[in-house]
Amino acid sequence: MRAPLSWIKEYAALPEGVTGRDLAEKLIGIGLEVETVDEISISGPLLVGRVLEIEELTEFKKPIRYCQVDLGGTVNGIICGATNFVVGDLVPVALPGAVLPGGFEISARKTYGHISDGMICSGRELGINDEYDGILVLTEGEVGQDAGPVLGLDDAVLDIAVTPDRGYCLSIRGIAREAALAYDVAFTDPASLVPEMPSDGPVREVDLQYGADRFTTRVLTDVDPDAPSPAYMVRRLNQCGMRPVSLAVDITNYVMLELGQPLHAFDGTKLTGPIQVRRPRDGEELETLDHVDRVLDAADVVIADDSGAVALAGVMGGLTTEIDEASRSVVLEAAHFQPALVAATSRRHKLSSEASRRFERGIDSDVALAASNRAAQLFAALASATVGGLVDVDRREPIMSIEMAMDMPSRIVGVDIPEETVRAILANIGCSVEGETVTPPTWRPDLIAAIDLVEEVARVVGYEKIPSRGPAMGTGLGLSDSDRLRRQLRRRPAELGLIEVLSYPFVGEGELDQLGLPADDPRRVAVRLANPLSDEQPLMRTSLLPGLLAGARRNVGRGAESVHIYEYGQVFRDVETVDAPVAPAGSRPADDVLDEMLSGLPRQPEHLGFVLCGDWSQAGWWGVGRPVDWSDAVRLAALVARAAGVEVEVAQDAHSPWHPGRCARLSVAGQVIGHAGELHPDVVAAFGLPVRSCAGEMDLSILLDAASPVASAPRVSTFPVAKEDVALVVDEGLAADAVREALRSGGGSLLESVRLFDVYSGPQVPEGKKSLAFSLRMRADDRTLTDEDIAAVRESALAAAGELGATLRG
Amino acid sequence: MSAPNKNFDPVMPAALDPANLQANVDAALAAIAGAEDLATLKQVRLDHTSDRSPLALANREIGALPPSAKADAGKAVGAARGRVNQALKAREAELKEAERERILTAERVDVTMVNDREPVGARHPIHSISEHIADAFVSIGYGVVEGPELESEWFNFDALNINRDHPARTMQDTFFVGSADSGAVLRTHTSPLQIRTLLDQAPPVYVVCPGRVYRTDELDATHTPVFHQVEGLAVDKGLSMVDLKSTLDWFAATMFGEGIVTRLRPSYFPFTEPSAEVDLECFACRGESVGNPDRPCRTCSSEGWIEWGGCGMVNPRVLQSCGIDPDEYTGFAFGMGIERTLMFRHGITDMRDLVEGDVRFTTAFGMDS
Ligand SMILES: [Zn+2]
Repeated sequence: MRAPLSWIKEYAALPEGVTGRDLAEKLIGIGLEVETVDEISISGPLLVGRVLEIEELTEFKKPIRYCQVDLGGTVNGIICGATNFVVGDLVPVALPGAVLPGGFEISARKTYGHISDGMICSGRELGINDEYDGILVLTEGEVGQDAGPVLGLDDAVLDIAVTPDRGYCLSIRGIAREAALAYDVAFTDPASLVPEMPSDGPVREVDLQYGADRFTTRVLTDVDPDAPSPAYMVRRLNQCGMRPVSLAVDITNYVMLELGQPLHAFDGTKLTGPIQVRRPRDGEELETLDHVDRVLDAADVVIADDSGAVALAGVMGGLTTEIDEASRSVVLEAAHFQPALVAATSRRHKLSSEASRRFERGIDSDVALAASNRAAQLFAALASATVGGLVDVDRREPIMSIEMAMDMPSRIVGVDIPEETVRAILANIGCSVEGETVTPPTWRPDLIAAIDLVEEVARVVGYEKIPSRGPAMGTGLGLSDSDRLRRQLRRRPAELGLIEVLSYPFVGEGELDQLGLPADDPRRVAVRLANPLSDEQPLMRTSLLPGLLAGARRNVGRGAESVHIYEYGQVFRDVETVDAPVAPAGSRPADDVLDEMLSGLPRQPEHLGFVLCGDWSQAGWWGVGRPVDWSDAVRLAALVARAAGVEVEVAQDAHSPWHPGRCARLSVAGQVIGHAGELHPDVVAAFGLPVRSCAGEMDLSILLDAASPVASAPRVSTFPVAKEDVALVVDEGLAADAVREALRSGGGSLLESVRLFDVYSGPQVPEGKKSLAFSLRMRADDRTLTDEDIAAVRESALAAAGELGATLRG
Repeated sequence: MSAPNKNFDPVMPAALDPANLQANVDAALAAIAGAEDLATLKQVRLDHTSDRSPLALANREIGALPPSAKADAGKAVGAARGRVNQALKAREAELKEAERERILTAERVDVTMVNDREPVGARHPIHSISEHIADAFVSIGYGVVEGPELESEWFNFDALNINRDHPARTMQDTFFVGSADSGAVLRTHTSPLQIRTLLDQAPPVYVVCPGRVYRTDELDATHTPVFHQVEGLAVDKGLSMVDLKSTLDWFAATMFGEGIVTRLRPSYFPFTEPSAEVDLECFACRGESVGNPDRPCRTCSSEGWIEWGGCGMVNPRVLQSCGIDPDEYTGFAFGMGIERTLMFRHGITDMRDLVEGDVRFTTAFGMDS
């Protein structure tokens, strides 16, 4: 809402000399969001002049005029390129020494063969509007007078973002009320200034069925269709950001700005029969003023006559009954529609208007008649209209009163606010207070509970009165074990040399195809957005890899030779169609309703993924680099898991998007947590990454469940270690880790560790076999091992490996 | 070698002649002093202390001397050998020291050569600052709560007193999931975590909730459809706006320096009442740029205050939706945008840097921010 200071001052007795900025600061303090204050900055002489003579200079490519302009004491010769004025017009003239908005300085200068002693200004040059084709021809003012007041240039305009609870501030009336409250000065209600207008004569009957609790019609006849809008009205509409259209439309807009009541003017000759306020009929259609044909919804509210719907109530009028340049008969509607119905209608039709914005937030339920009278007054005065009959259907319920303990504001604000102050503030905002019963005024439909009244008291007292002491201390015990574990998991890859990135969780089928996911892969079961940002990516991610691979590609594209990035975040799994009931608010839903709401949501586990491209260690003065390989990916995954105190089990797998022979399945206690390894060459190519890029992805949620936050301490033996190396020949296809695990479990408690240190296949071992060399470390925690001990451990370890078909290499 | 002197012949063998001994010692010492490296010194040791060396031979002659002469001769030879051995030892130590010096000198490297062989990791600043904020609140007894990004509409809107007709519940602002009446949305703020917490825990409740949220804005220099918030919630007996203001001032000082305070401006949010916008005193100029064109401040555009977030007392209707009696308990809540906080704290001018995942951007923040 744009509000001129001069208009506000008409109703709020602000102190002398208050500027737009002063007022803005006060209004912000009391809870209005003043976004900008437009103060037109013109300095130096700007006068009203009368054009005495126009000499058309024809020797130039464009029309140029040399004008003699009467400025009271002097007549100045001025060059002007506009042609929209005639001899005798009043125009604004900036004289040498004036500075226009944007720092444009006026001086006497020679141009087009003449000395131009000043400038005749356009609206744009003065910063009033965007008109620059022609100069601003004035409709009022005295020759030689300062043009500032005539143009409203001495004024400031406050632009206020009105929050949903303050619908009444979508009017000068409401803003002036707040201004008076902020300065604690007298307020004159403009509605109280409106005279009672005649209400006899022809009427337009109303059949109110639905959607409003107040509906008035007023008939105006003999309207002069050629009467212009007066200058003050045009100026104020302009200041408020509304385009002047015609007198009839301008009056309805002007009254709406003044009082906050949206009005609609129908051409009375185009209406047939009484006005009905009702639900649309099945399949009923309406072409609104914006030339859109609309199929009406059963829940919309329409204004109709015998011909059918003629307006979308509270939102926009219809084309068939629009006022035009010949309209002499007007039916004026002033109503109070139900806010929720207007909001829903506006939303359904994706149509927001000045009227709907006001009705949605709730207008004063008692201003319709005043607004109708005010408009009738203006029609009579400006368009010499005859004011006809009034129909007023009034079905309003009384306003609900609120019980509030008078010490409640002190309790909630934490500052002692005397009871008499509380009562005075409530009275000032328009409430009637009797004992602890408070009845809000008709323009405050937002006040429905005691806490709403507390807020009123608090904002008028002023938030700057609230003191500061130490913070409110909680009762918590610090980070929980799972908080700390989660953090360690999330941080670990960075400690291991990876760089964390964040990507948008939106994906498209194309990316899932690029990953080579089979048709029945669970990662293809994705939640679809109703209104995605891009039609290419309408799905919520089921895996972190598409985002990470795109991120890797972007970094490679920007010149990075090697990229090691990771991301953690939620993925959205196992649900394609979300169906969650929505319980009513206001009380705690029953447990089964809560369960139903929560179980309708997809599973959203936290995943951690990474992509490795290029070299792990790069070449340099120390020698050659080392490319990333599948085992880096497996190692990273294992080290992340270890941050949660969990050892992952690694097994061979073939799983998209990994290389079918270089993919490790990672499990914890038999539950699969993810995969790691080298990416499939097709995927690497599809994403434009360096060959042999690697990746991993794991479900942190499972890891967290499996985590053991408190590790039990190992016994650290100080007895000497015994070392034995064994080389075993096994089938080519046997997993090295299975052999290691057999040795370890076969060796028993004296076998401290088993480590694979060499792998060989070739002429030294039989076809289809490979040799695995392990080093065994043995130690007891109570004695030095004897040769017999060592031999026994070795034999039992080998025996266990032997069950897998392993034989000692000869 | 002479035969044993059984006759106690007083004749002194030449090898034991003092002059001779001295000459041998002198020769040995000269050789030792002349040895320039350990290998030469080793040869000198062989030449002058081995079994065939003159002094060893002299020592052997002692056995043939009459008992009366043995002691003196033994002393003389012993002294001579002692001098030689001592000189050897000293020279050996000298040479070893010199050798070590030489090796250490030879092993000098140019330590300004940079080893960037292994990659160095970094945290994304959005996550590290979220942890930083959470840590601050944990230190005053708050818990940390996270939750799902795809949220039930009841949690995201209804329970927060955002009714069906609220403009936020349109496709212009909110990502709907499936159909518009699926009952689920991408959460538009972290406030549903307030509801989840209050349904889950009986008061007193003190929690901080960081998380990712969604609005249907196009990405540009100042907007992103996917961003992060951190929200604080306290519900207890007797909490008032003084507690809210005090906690916000403490938070400001924790994040931006001692003495930095907040300012509250009345505002409107459906889930708090009274509600306020939170402004942060400019930590860069502490207000000194206001009305002072000589000292302009880029952080606050010379306004002295920076818009930081929103706050208020938890609306009793919200407590009721969670089954908490608003006559017994009151609460406060506040929320800030993480991206916005990072942008003014670190002078980030383009939102796109925060979302594109360029490793050069993240690397600049290291492990913490
Ligand atoms: Zn500053």
